[in-house]
Amino acid sequence: MKFVDEYRQGDIARKLADEIARLTTRPLKIMEVCGGHTHAIFKYGIEDLLPDNITMIHGPGCPVCVIPLGRVDDSISIALQPGVIFTTFGDMMRVPGSKTNLLDAKARGADVRMVYSPLDALKIAKQNPERQVVFLALGFETTAPSTAMTILQAAKDKVENFSVFCNHITIVPALKAMLDSPDLQLDGFVGPGHVSTVIGTRPYEFVPREYGKPVAVSGFEPLDVLQSIYMVVRQIVEGRAEVENQYGRCVTLEGNGRALEAIFEVFEPRDYFEWRGLGSIAHSGMKLKSKYAAFDAELKFRVPGLRIADPKACQCGEILKGVKKPWECKVFGTACTPETPIGSCMVSSEGACAAYYNFGRLSKIAGRSA
Amino acid sequence: MCLAIPGKIVEIVDAENHIAKVDVGGVRRNVNVGMFDEGEVGVGDYVLIHVGFAMSKIDEAEAEETLRVLKEIGEYDPGVEEFKTTLV
Ligand code: SF4
Repeated sequence: MKFVDEYRQGDIARKLADEIARLTTRPLKIMEVCGGHTHAIFKYGIEDLLPDNITMIHGPGCPVCVIPLGRVDDSISIALQPGVIFTTFGDMMRVPGSKTNLLDAKARGADVRMVYSPLDALKIAKQNPERQVVFLALGFETTAPSTAMTILQAAKDKVENFSVFCNHITIVPALKAMLDSPDLQLDGFVGPGHVSTVIGTRPYEFVPREYGKPVAVSGFEPLDVLQSIYMVVRQIVEGRAEVENQYGRCVTLEGNGRALEAIFEVFEPRDYFEWRGLGSIAHSGMKLKSKYAAFDAELKFRVPGLRIADPKACQCGEILKGVKKPWECKVFGTACTPETPIGSCMVSSEGACAAYYNFGRLSKIAGRSA
Repeated sequence: MCLAIPGKIVEIVDAENHIAKVDVGGVRRNVNVGMFDEGEVGVGDYVLIHVGFAMSKIDEAEAEETLRVLKEIGEYDPGVEEFKTTLV
């Protein structure tokens, strides 16, 4: 338990870890859904605090990591059209498409700009009325309300040269896909925090009800995550399955009404959306409603829209499903690094491969792969 | 992009368009507070900010703890750098 000193409340961390170890009498697989939790788990060596019979599976909750190659290619093709200013979050710049990434497109002369907020993209549109400004929107329900509210603002301000290339995804269909995946036998979930501030905890109730698995919605601090793991383990041991809320200081049962309203006003589900590594998942993506078609980059520009298979070397799919660990990928840390990512799990700091690369607990890797 | 940074509301800039000025570690920028009901947040409140929008209200102790964790995991500086660039 050597990393416990890094916790400010080391004594509580130690107690929780002891209690988890005492309760766990059989091997358990617990998935943390959210990339933010993956990041915390690696940075704080939370796995090292857990007994060997608990395996943390790093789930698909990093939206950058699940963007498929085809959508990156589509982004690049929009960015290369004359007169376009293409805006996106910094994380997306290096995400590989089938041939190149947005950073390369920028080097080749495309006007690609990093923005902090979709509102910044809207501002750029207002400042450049003669250009077409496109915002690459991505993320779960955490980010979707921001995009929705920006589109509502654009509509209100009658900005005609602004559009959104929408890649928003929703968490519940992804969870369902995980639960239905035959190669994945999970015992419980550490549920996402920020997503839940928007959607609330109610949407997870199908997990215990239909699948009999416990969920603990968790905050991002290391103690939060540890406590959530404890809550999941305790439910399993006591034979309960319910949705518990560890992050009650920010998350309610019903979520954020205004944010949800904005999402429902602007977006509707797509029949299918492709996830890198996971394939096509029904109703897992959002698109703009026809009412807001004027702001839909997919209608405004011709995009190739091709489905492109994931690179062979990359095992992101297995990693996102928790079937493999990052270090089991042959190119991990050699051909694939955060500087030269082959798969998107290496790009975002919340991706499992990047988190392992940056904070990899080598002792653990050595111990577990031996 | 998924991590949220805590900030303190120092001014309501444009109530109609839900714009407030927040202070994040000495850096002041406008954010959108449209996810809150009218009057739910005001000057002096701490909020978690994600891509230019305030998402949830937190207390001061939580804000400090979140800052500390962000610093430790090395996400604070990039977060504030991004935040500095905002045009809103
Ligand atoms: S190490 Fe790179 S190539 Fe291998 S699974 Fe991770 S992202 Fe994909």
